[in-house]
Amino acid sequence: MSDTAQQTGLAGASPAKPTRREIYEASVRRRSNRIALFSTLSVIVAIVLLIPLAPGWEAVQRSFFNGRVFAATFPGLAEAFLLNVMIFAWSAPLIALTGLAIALCRDARAPALFPLRMFGVAYTDIFRGLPVVLVIYIVGFGIPGLGLPRPWNSPYIWGTLALVLVYSAYVAEVIRSGIDSIHQSQRSAAASLGLSDGDTMRFVVLPQAIRNVVPANMNLFIALQKDVALLSFIGPVEIFRQAGVYKSLYANFTPYVGAALIFLALTVPATRYADYLMNKQNKQRS
Amino acid sequence: MKLLTTSAVALVLSASTALAMSHANCAAEKTLTEGTLTIATGNPAYYPWVMNDAPESGEGFEAAVAYAIAGKMGFDADAVTWVRTSFDEAIQPGPKNFDFNMQQYSITPERDEMVDFSLPYYTSAMAVLTTQSVVEAGATATIESLKGLKWGAVATTTALPILNNVIQPESDALLYNDNADVNAAIMAGQIDAALYDLPTALYLSAVVVDGGALLGQFPADQSQTPDQFGLLMENGNPLKECVDAAISELTESGELAAIEAQWLAEATGVPVVE
Amino acid sequence: MNAKLSLRGVRKRFGDLEVCKGIDLDVAEGEMVCLIGSSGSGKSTLLRCMNLLEPIDDGEIWLDGVDIAEPGLDPQPIRQRIGIVFQSYNLFPHMSAVENVMLAPRRTKGLSRADLMPRISQLFEKFGLADRMQHFPDQLSGGQQQRVAIIRALAMEPEMMLFDEITSALDPELVGEVLDVLRELRQQGMTMVLATHEMGFARELADKVCFLDAGMILEQAPAEQLFSAPKEERTKAFLARVL
Repeated sequence: MSDTAQQTGLAGASPAKPTRREIYEASVRRRSNRIALFSTLSVIVAIVLLIPLAPGWEAVQRSFFNGRVFAATFPGLAEAFLLNVMIFAWSAPLIALTGLAIALCRDARAPALFPLRMFGVAYTDIFRGLPVVLVIYIVGFGIPGLGLPRPWNSPYIWGTLALVLVYSAYVAEVIRSGIDSIHQSQRSAAASLGLSDGDTMRFVVLPQAIRNVVPANMNLFIALQKDVALLSFIGPVEIFRQAGVYKSLYANFTPYVGAALIFLALTVPATRYADYLMNKQNKQRS
Repeated sequence: MKLLTTSAVALVLSASTALAMSHANCAAEKTLTEGTLTIATGNPAYYPWVMNDAPESGEGFEAAVAYAIAGKMGFDADAVTWVRTSFDEAIQPGPKNFDFNMQQYSITPERDEMVDFSLPYYTSAMAVLTTQSVVEAGATATIESLKGLKWGAVATTTALPILNNVIQPESDALLYNDNADVNAAIMAGQIDAALYDLPTALYLSAVVVDGGALLGQFPADQSQTPDQFGLLMENGNPLKECVDAAISELTESGELAAIEAQWLAEATGVPVVE
Repeated sequence: MNAKLSLRGVRKRFGDLEVCKGIDLDVAEGEMVCLIGSSGSGKSTLLRCMNLLEPIDDGEIWLDGVDIAEPGLDPQPIRQRIGIVFQSYNLFPHMSAVENVMLAPRRTKGLSRADLMPRISQLFEKFGLADRMQHFPDQLSGGQQQRVAIIRALAMEPEMMLFDEITSALDPELVGEVLDVLRELRQQGMTMVLATHEMGFARELADKVCFLDAGMILEQAPAEQLFSAPKEERTKAFLARVL
């Protein structure tokens, strides 16, 4: 199978006759494929055969990989995951905008804007220094505790704000590094044409900076997708909480495995895509 | 030979001692540490189940019941060791670090498939914890009125199924990690009411929640599936028989009821939800 | 004295390094002045000072009788009047050639793309890039990029142009096409100051050539005179090296 594929590949490259070098490279490739296949299979076989031999395997299987509990809870978990997706969907744009605004604050160069720059520095320092769950507790319970009427004390609003505060601090730093990565000559060129500082930032620096940091930001947003689950601490019944409820009802951890699978179904493709973008960018640079 | 003689003497001396000895035999070589009974409770353990988070004192309903059971099984108070676990630690697979775990575990058939429960040592009414301001706003102890409230509960309790099956609130309940978080949400006005077992609700409304109020209760004897607390043990724990025998004995002799009367407040003043 | 641009005692230092040590220079309307000298002699810095990309430490720069080096003066309107083209093109890589050219006039003069299009497509045509308007910088050769950069500067309709070794980064076979553009501008009577290593070009076209050495103008004279009969020893030595 792989041989024919390689032959057609060779035929495409040189329709006449493979060169000595091509023949040699093909044989090296076949050899390394065989070795890779063998080592992968050995590892899989070892895992599949050896782990069940462990004395506690049956108990672990019963509480973590319980088919009956899985079937009973998976639909409920999938439904709860919609809430994660929704929270993510409204948080992500807010985070992107706030992060951009904070990054611009930190880049403000005019002396009159010094307080703004200080604010940007303090903001990123503070919110990158705090665990997300702490901010969620403090903001999610604290601000509504001031006596806001419903619906303005909703944990969704203040939980979202907590996520925005923490994640925009990270996004701001990423965007700022993107801004710093734009060579001074680009600013010079813009200035030499008589563009204002604001226009230079908006039309010349930012578009390039943001493009450079898309992969890094992708990784942040994958992390955000996972941290949405932390909102469950202040009430919302998203997938992590729903899994906890099922765990308690069934005295069984299988719902967590179900939740993990649902998370992976989303985050693995997203991670692969971010890596793909990152690789593409590295290639362009080299 | 010596052992035989001793037990023979004991048998003659008093019937009650003899009974204790037979229980002691039933627990022999079945506990985690021979000669010691290791009991787990929550971290922290809450009033009125355990007073001052100090189960060693034997004060508080569960602490007192624990020592009573231990006594029936033939363990002196000195022979009882306490450990702390979370709910998750209690149900995780693998060897346990306790002989039995006692923190208001409701007995359910689903849970029973994964772990073992003793006979129930308490049957709890469920009660609605809310605030004065919600009551003043017109909430009453009727299912009709309760439906319209915004509900909260501790996620790992059986309050949630009761909430969803009996009250069936109009908006989804918010769920929290522990009592403290539920109280924070009540005080922040994010939820109107929370469902607890009655003793916990009594305590919270009186002491913890500012302006707290008990709106009503669902008495255990009016429920088809009353919330019963049992000791949680590892599945297939050989000690179960011994523990059950001790609990039956305490129940039949009225000792359990006496402990309940001593530590759990009378709930007669709380209206029944219609 | 009817100079378009006059420098008087211009000094510029970077930290401990004084790059311009009191430079006097006059550029008349329609004149083409070439700055020559070895690398590090201060040619580039001097050009960047002329359109205020670098603030000068001391001295005066008079443009049409106004001292534009006055501290606190808003540099933007001045820069719009003096175009500059860099050695490394500095095109905006995320914009097509035509967007590169249109950005500044659109933003600073409030003109729409439609307003600008006739004049700008004319410029692209004139410099042989009519079929490259929609290309992105990384799709263009160095010579093409540098011509786009010149068009970009010209699109602001500057009163004079500065060129900072604009052929130094180009492959030899691409130098000619860029120099042709300069010839074209010369013919139109554009006032220009060039820092250059193209001695033949300077000799052919410049009205005046200045030899810079260690931050000072050591010698300035009409092109023919400076190349055929340099007065200073260091000028002679430099010319001997590069010619």
